[in-house]
Amino acid sequence: MSLYNLLSQKKSDILERWREVLFDGYAPETARFLKSQKDRFANPIAYQLTRGLSGIIEVFLQGAETDKVMAQLDEVIKLKAIQEAPPSQAMAFIFILKTIIREELAQELQDPACAAEFVDLESRLDGLALLGFDVYMQRREKLCDVKVGEIKRKVSTLLRRLGLGDDYLEEQSGG
Amino acid sequence: MAKLPTPAELIQVNYKPPAQGWMDLKTELRPGYYVNAAAPKWMNMIDYPFPRAWSVADEDWKLPEDWKERVLQGIQDRLERFRSLKVFFDICVRCGACADKCHFFLGTGDPKNMPVLRAELMRSVYRRYFKTAGKLLGELAGARDLTEDVIKEWFYYLHQCTICRRCSVFCPYGIDMAEMTLLGRELLASVGLNIDWALASVAQCYDKGSHIGATPQAFKDMIDFMAEENERITGISTPVSINRKGAEILFVVPSGDYFADPGSFNFMGYLLLLKYLDLDYTMSTYAAEGGNFGWFISHEMGKRLNAKMYEEAKRLKVKWILGGECGHMWRVCNQYMPTWWGPIDFLEEPVSPITGTKFENATVHKMVHISEFTADLFRHGKLKVDPQRNAHIKLTYHDSCNTARGMGIFEEPRYIINQVLPEGHFFEMPPNTIREKTFCCGSSSGINANENMDIRMLGGLPRANAVKYVAEKYGVNHLGCICALDRATLPTLMQYWVPQMEVTGITEMVGNALVFDDELERTTDLRDRDLVGFGEAAEEEEAE
Ligand code: SF4
Ligand code: SF4
Repeated sequence: MSLYNLLSQKKSDILERWREVLFDGYAPETARFLKSQKDRFANPIAYQLTRGLSGIIEVFLQGAETDKVMAQLDEVIKLKAIQEAPPSQAMAFIFILKTIIREELAQELQDPACAAEFVDLESRLDGLALLGFDVYMQRREKLCDVKVGEIKRKVSTLLRRLGLGDDYLEEQSGG
Repeated sequence: MAKLPTPAELIQVNYKPPAQGWMDLKTELRPGYYVNAAAPKWMNMIDYPFPRAWSVADEDWKLPEDWKERVLQGIQDRLERFRSLKVFFDICVRCGACADKCHFFLGTGDPKNMPVLRAELMRSVYRRYFKTAGKLLGELAGARDLTEDVIKEWFYYLHQCTICRRCSVFCPYGIDMAEMTLLGRELLASVGLNIDWALASVAQCYDKGSHIGATPQAFKDMIDFMAEENERITGISTPVSINRKGAEILFVVPSGDYFADPGSFNFMGYLLLLKYLDLDYTMSTYAAEGGNFGWFISHEMGKRLNAKMYEEAKRLKVKWILGGECGHMWRVCNQYMPTWWGPIDFLEEPVSPITGTKFENATVHKMVHISEFTADLFRHGKLKVDPQRNAHIKLTYHDSCNTARGMGIFEEPRYIINQVLPEGHFFEMPPNTIREKTFCCGSSSGINANENMDIRMLGGLPRANAVKYVAEKYGVNHLGCICALDRATLPTLMQYWVPQMEVTGITEMVGNALVFDDELERTTDLRDRDLVGFGEAAEEEEAE
């Protein structure tokens, strides 16, 4: 059986372990809360992380298109990009998946016949991480965009009053 | 050379379980999470103590030499003045019911954003200096010394509280963190620690009359412009008389409604509604700001800015005051204003001149919320509306903390919404995220600055999470609210978490739907967006 198929069967275990590691990255009080509160509206961090992590596992194992992969990465990274300070911390979660997969496949890896496929799998995980950095940058840029948007809205009525269009501020800033 | 960390170690970096208790853990002041220090010029304009240039990132905050005595004396004074503070300090049993109810905790996962710990930041100092056990036993009794690090921590975490009072809904003793945060901010201000965003708004309001610093001329100019816009779109002229003595009603709105989109569209809705009724009202260039950022920094400053409202009502000899859609403006007007200035014997108990309804709930402060006023009009069948004109809107409603938890306005906006939207266009968010349990926008109480956008987006996550749910499940495309700060900050929050979601005031939709006898045929809404099934689109359909 291919490693990908094997991993597909272990999907829920992988998700569970991945979530655990991420939850344990918070303070102990918080981790306890994240693990115990099941209502998605009372526990948005856990909901958002679970949604994203399971989505990433799904698209990764399917070998989905890049944009679909990025969309799933974004579900987690939009949270991590503002919750964690340096990118290395925000992005560490992707590399955790690598460790988990390695451990899940420990037995199979004894078999040299699996080596080639494992190398391929690992480099696709590296690809996942690299895409993650793109998504991280997009999210930080998004944060700048929303700031600019808010500043513009603050005087938007005034600009309309002066007969100046929406793009007036951008033109002024040379943007 | 230090060994490189593994990903697992990196993930653990932030929250390694503290070796000591949380009280000993020095708080890291993270950029993106705090609002900048107030510039001295704003402090000078309002005579605030210790104006100086300093920066949150600096090690030295240039506190006055006797800062500690001042803060302790400030606590002493407030314990005497506000019995509530002493009670809140003493009765918390650390049951933890409030711990997971704050949107800042739910968004950041930072335990110090649990309301019980936020309170503990101040309570521990209270114990140390004002309780015998704390004086004697120190840390053993949960007490700690007041140090510069403690003050920095206060500054940091008291501006990660939006005074929303969600936690107090769940506290068996009703301990009100909002009250404590406000008093804590006063203590900070007493040693010259203020945030720039709030102080700038306050100083401009104090100096010129509105948070945005608009002159009376600009105020009138903008209002005229929106009246012209109404005429262009609906054919109905909606002129406003300014500073007119003897009008029956003084109409006060937050400045966000006449300067910033989408508040401006809501303002157009106000004018259409008031014109429809031919209401005898006026607006004032002096009481040009309904909002009150002063209240976010101290009771004294809140009172100073608020003075204009009654003063102007008195000068213009109106009978009562009608107020626009705003949140904190209402918390101040409803809960503080009459205490500050009462009894208000120069105004009358508000009575709707259209329906004759007495607003008994406003007997003391003599001020009616436009949602109460409009709901009453609908209840008496006084407004002819065509809900189809809002057919492009699928709405969910965000209860603004201050109008919901602060004054119990839950039904009125919903009642209006159901009158002006086609059937099946209104969808509620889940029950634990609305009404008295509503989640804050995450940007209120004077922290809607730019430099702290990371924390604002995290504080708003619980709200956005519920909006996203109704967007995905029902195709909701508009988020309604009756608060100017919401209209300013929710669009930003939505752009980050739920793109494509528009934010709208409730009266804007009333303006869309109101049918005047002599109006132009409407083909767009007040934002110039095409209506569904009207104008060219409808003609094409018919021709087919
Ligand atoms: S008042 Fe609101 S923001 Fe402040 S601690 Fe309570 S829930 Fe959090
Ligand atoms: S719910 Fe009330 S009593 Fe319980 S920990 Fe919170 S503030 Fe204290």
